[in-house]
Amino acid sequence: MLSIKNLQARIEEKEILKGINLEIKAGEVHAIMGPNGSGKSTLASVLAGRSDYEVTGGTVEFQGKDLLELAPEDRAREGVFLAFQYPIEIPGVSTTNFIKTAVNEVRKYRGEEPMDAVAFLKKMKEKMKLVEIDQSLLSRSLNEGFSGGEKKRNEIFQMAMLEPKFAILDETDSGLDIDALRIVAEGVNKLKSKDNATLVITHYQRLLEYIVPDYVHVLYKGRIVKSGGKELALELEEKGYDFIKEELGEEVEA
Amino acid sequence: MSEMLTTLEQTALSEYKYGWVTNIEADEAPPGLSEDIVRFISAKKNEPEWMLDWRLKAYRHWLKMSEPEWANVKYPKVDYNAIKYYSAPKQKKTLNSLDEVDPELRATFEKLGISLDEQKRLSNVAVDAVIDSVSIATTFKKQLAELGIIFCSMSEAIQEHPELIKKWLGSVVPMTDNYFSALNSAVFSDGSFCYIPKGVKSPMELSTYFRINAENTGQFERTLIVAEEGSYVSYLEGCTAPMRDENQLHAAVVEIVALDNAEVKYSTVQNWYPGDKDGKGGIYNFVTKRGICAGVNSKISWTQVETGSAVTWKYPSVILKGDNSQGEFYSVAVTNNHQQADTGTKMMHIGKNTRSRIVSKGISAGFSQNSYRGLVQVGKNAINARNFSQCDSLLLGDKCGAHTFPYIEVKNSTAQVEHEATTSKIGEDQIFYCNQRGLDTETAVALIINGFAKEVMNQLPMEFAVEAQKLLAISLEGSVG
Repeated sequence: MLSIKNLQARIEEKEILKGINLEIKAGEVHAIMGPNGSGKSTLASVLAGRSDYEVTGGTVEFQGKDLLELAPEDRAREGVFLAFQYPIEIPGVSTTNFIKTAVNEVRKYRGEEPMDAVAFLKKMKEKMKLVEIDQSLLSRSLNEGFSGGEKKRNEIFQMAMLEPKFAILDETDSGLDIDALRIVAEGVNKLKSKDNATLVITHYQRLLEYIVPDYVHVLYKGRIVKSGGKELALELEEKGYDFIKEELGEEVEA
Repeated sequence: MSEMLTTLEQTALSEYKYGWVTNIEADEAPPGLSEDIVRFISAKKNEPEWMLDWRLKAYRHWLKMSEPEWANVKYPKVDYNAIKYYSAPKQKKTLNSLDEVDPELRATFEKLGISLDEQKRLSNVAVDAVIDSVSIATTFKKQLAELGIIFCSMSEAIQEHPELIKKWLGSVVPMTDNYFSALNSAVFSDGSFCYIPKGVKSPMELSTYFRINAENTGQFERTLIVAEEGSYVSYLEGCTAPMRDENQLHAAVVEIVALDNAEVKYSTVQNWYPGDKDGKGGIYNFVTKRGICAGVNSKISWTQVETGSAVTWKYPSVILKGDNSQGEFYSVAVTNNHQQADTGTKMMHIGKNTRSRIVSKGISAGFSQNSYRGLVQVGKNAINARNFSQCDSLLLGDKCGAHTFPYIEVKNSTAQVEHEATTSKIGEDQIFYCNQRGLDTETAVALIINGFAKEVMNQLPMEFAVEAQKLLAISLEGSVG
């Protein structure tokens, strides 16, 4: 589904991604872990097409298309979804209206008719249960005055509504208490199918207790330095990121 | 980011879609202004002596006045002798029914989405269509007349209802009020008159659609709305003009009178030609709009969506004279390219327990300048007067300007006056978030803008709201930074 080869990117003059290689197939859940500043969020942003970052080398193929050639909105319409680490607020635009616009833009791209109000509402009701989100929240302006947990839940709700092929969860666990974390993770699990894939970006192993990955990759200084099964996450949790540094022969600070 | 800006700026050059000209023969006055021209206009309209005298008095006063310069706008001086003050589409004879309207003119309004055909109209809007200097047709007159509502052109009202015109014309905006109101009083050619009798709630929206067509012509319309005791009316005003390289002057006067327990809601979607992307051409929109809540418990509400005109100078105001009366001003002003707008309101609290609310949303893009100027005045007898003002500005790009000039004068210690102001920019974060959900940048901007302006848009009657939302999007297509 997604094939990243030797991806390099920088922001202004600073090299952040220094050659990422990653293959993700349909039905798989991959986790990317790594210490702060290793390039995790940059990878998410580059895949989604944020223009602050300049891709300096490498290729990304998504379902046979050159992803890097596509505008951010076309990537979204092709089925790439990013659950933001810091979802933004849009005053005066109700969450429902926003999602409806998004759903219909995606449908338009696929040559489908806009969804009528009844069908949309039905779908919304169904997905609301999935992420245990309240109707009152959806009538409010998008993310305005939402708590951290509400914002993250809203991201997963949008994901449920848009039904992406490939979803990236960028530190979705940050700022969540244990209950919110469980709800968000369960939502993601319910959306999992053999036709879609998920990339979970996280600093902590905690989220991976709920969203069990098929593969875990450790990102360090802009490169994937270690890959393994879900047990790698536990190993990292136990030993800390220092053990990666040791393996790489770097000096570990006391 | 920088790359994004340039592509966005390129798409900012949206086209004005009402810029065409209708080929109709016109009956015109030669350019220039003199007592003879004032007499010419009055004679063309077959006016009674008292009306001519009123006009001449206004003209003589205007000669002694000078053009105001305090507004935060810059434009080349208007040459008042180069303007034609009267232009009327030539019609063969007086019309007996709407069916007799010149097909060419009818087509003009059809093209604007205004059908003069009553059968095809939305059943709850009556329209008075004004082209250049004269009113072409008024729909639903008969149905309204059955309720005692008078809705007709100002010319007709002068002929048919002189007692009402004599009583109320100039009662809210005296001819000597300001430079442009004096000019308008001298040369106004038409406009709408609307009279709602005691206890009548108008069952439909009344609407006037103004169109400037002729070249080098000023449009000076005059609108007067009188709401008798316990009556209600919602009034809509729309306007467009062809694209011309020359600046054209539009100096209207609107007066509203609300007597005891009466309510008037006045909504405007102003879409005069704004000039091209380099600031060439466009309408000078110098308008005086004022209402008086003359009676107790009366209410006047102004809602405006201002997207057009090269230069706008406009402050729809309310004199809160009756005890417990209420004034409202809801405004969205959009400026793009080289447009300049200096707009706001005046709320003058005179009666006891009077309340006013001001919500102003300014959106600036391109190289435009957008100013809010508002006065809240509380007189010494206005016990318990309340005002709440909110002025929000949204900037798109870094070459435009937003300014807020609030003036507050309070002479009664029981008054409560609140003012809130914010300025924000559409961020690339917001755009990217929308992009990531499948919205292209134009759709994203339209969504964000409409969200910003929502509180005002909600005040518009349904028929107008959808149109106004689209208009906001078109006026700003992609102009984000």
